[in-house]
Amino acid sequence: MTFDPQVEQEAAAILARYPEKRSALLPFLHLVQREQGYLSPATMEEVARRLHLHPVEVLEVATFYSWFNLKPVGKHRLQVCQNLSCTLRGAERIIGTLKEELRIGEGETSPDGLFTLQRVECLASCGSAPVMQVNDEYHENLSPESVRALLTRWRAAAR
Amino acid sequence: MPTHEKILLKNMERPGYGGTLPEYLAVGGYEAVRNVLGKVPPAEVIERVKRSGLRGRGGAGFPTGLKWGFVPKDSGLPRYLLCNADESEPGTFKDRQLIERDPHQLLEGIILAAYAIGCHRSYVYIRGELVYGASVLTRALHEAATQGFLGQSVLGSGYDLTITLHRGAGAYICGEETALIESLEGKKGMPRIRPPFPAVRGLYQSPTVVNNVETLCNLPHILTRGPEWYAAIGTEKSKGTRIFSVSGHVSRPGNYELPLSVTLRELLLEHAGGVSDGRALKAVIPGGASSPVLTPQHLDVGMDFESLAAAGSMGGSGGVIVMAEGTCMVQVGEVVARFFHHESCGQCTQCREGTAWLHKVLARIERGGGRREDLDLLLDVCDNMTGKTICVLSDAAALPIASYLRYFRDEFEAHVRERRCPLAA
Ligand SMILES: Cc1cc2nc3c(=O)[nH]c(=O)nc-3n(C[C@H](O)[C@H](O)[C@H](O)COP(=O)(O)O)c2cc1C
Ligand code: SF4
Ligand code: FES
Repeated sequence: MTFDPQVEQEAAAILARYPEKRSALLPFLHLVQREQGYLSPATMEEVARRLHLHPVEVLEVATFYSWFNLKPVGKHRLQVCQNLSCTLRGAERIIGTLKEELRIGEGETSPDGLFTLQRVECLASCGSAPVMQVNDEYHENLSPESVRALLTRWRAAAR
Repeated sequence: MPTHEKILLKNMERPGYGGTLPEYLAVGGYEAVRNVLGKVPPAEVIERVKRSGLRGRGGAGFPTGLKWGFVPKDSGLPRYLLCNADESEPGTFKDRQLIERDPHQLLEGIILAAYAIGCHRSYVYIRGELVYGASVLTRALHEAATQGFLGQSVLGSGYDLTITLHRGAGAYICGEETALIESLEGKKGMPRIRPPFPAVRGLYQSPTVVNNVETLCNLPHILTRGPEWYAAIGTEKSKGTRIFSVSGHVSRPGNYELPLSVTLRELLLEHAGGVSDGRALKAVIPGGASSPVLTPQHLDVGMDFESLAAAGSMGGSGGVIVMAEGTCMVQVGEVVARFFHHESCGQCTQCREGTAWLHKVLARIERGGGRREDLDLLLDVCDNMTGKTICVLSDAAALPIASYLRYFRDEFEAHVRERRCPLAA
């Protein structure tokens, strides 16, 4: 398998940053997930080959970290913080609103492929609780109303 | 409200300050690097940091200069400095602000620490979720390298240093220093048995120092203004200022940088505006979710490491979580136990099984299925989880849960008796 030339270049730059090849594993997984949205078995095998690891070693690492998706996710990955400060400020209401609006359960993707709902632990943004991370961005001080407004915006943008 | 000079948040609170290299230079940035590299011997830098009394801000409060002193000078192996930017302790959100708003302050701290221990290759292990912070640091690293603050012979001093950003991927345990090292080596983040300590055998089996973001940010100021200036702030044994992240049921949540001599009362009532919506205070977690809870009777406790320990809790990460009257402490226990259960790496039986039990039993009590013997069972499980494991995550789960039972036992009993949460609407 090959990646496109720009990604190949990034991969080479990553390898140059570490005295030992294996340290490039997390950076490689980040790269693949950024390009493909998730880690497919084929790409994990490719990463293993390049780093001289057994595929199962790559799988073990990929499953240890919550950031990596082992199956495709929606266009907007909604990661709602369920930890203490967010709970004190209404995180369960946010999760409830999302379930109701999207008609999906936790870990599921909406049939239109737009949204995946996940619970995550403290996002280091407790002062602006409740919080969710959507792909790379934080959305803070959420309320059921602001969450509904966000969904409307994203749905309109997808049309 | 008494005014205090801020040290770490000072630049970023200037109007219009954006944290770029020219802006950092304009407020005296990199002066310490200019005055120290190639001019002050590394051993003297360590000596000055020891004299300042600076203690680690990542959790345990270990003296920074002393930790650096443990690195052997003659091992013939490269030495590594790792900046711990994995910030995942629930209730804590200070390192993120330091990185996003004043990245060069951190880079300057890293350069000084690396120079002191003789490291030429340093890594910043940043939490994977902090995508924005990573982009800010990437830009700052580029700026610093182009201006000669990094790379070969930094500012012509003859000292070489490369700093590399390494993104984690969402695992609380990777904040523990040996797990962080494993993770950086491309493995699952599972803590290592100590000894050997990282100072002797850490990253790639070489001498390694792991320091927290806030700890490192203090260094430029200590080295520019002098250890005596720094040591005059705070208390006898807890020097300097600390950034307290205040969240939960509080009027003005946010990061507050205050001398370590501040009391919980001053922090909460004068600075953070007291409990939100005029409610009464029920409980406070003073040092992140790993720390035992305090109650209104503790309001006059000092926020320094010793006073909090004497009050039965700990300074931990500086994450202060406020709970108003009406908060269900069984639910708090359930959330905290769920977190530690989810984040246990599973190597030690006491931790893996203990966190699972705590979560299961607390969830049962909260839902009205608790039994009388459950309370003693919880305490028994907590008791079996402390002091017996590879890392202290197990203790970090057990001690807070035991503290909720200690101060709020009647509430747990009421759940069992009434077979429901008495506070649920
Ligand atoms: C379970 C666990 C999680 C930790 N998480 C962090 C963290 O997110 N950030 C941090 O700086 N230190 C964390 N620590 C503390 C580190 O192990 C280490 O003591 C610290 O980074 C040392 O830096 P300091 O001496 O500057 O405080 C954690 C410790 C444990 C046991
Ligand atoms: S105490 Fe828990 S987290 Fe720490 S090494 Fe043991 S199982 Fe892993
Ligand atoms: S508890 Fe939700 S961001 Fe910290």
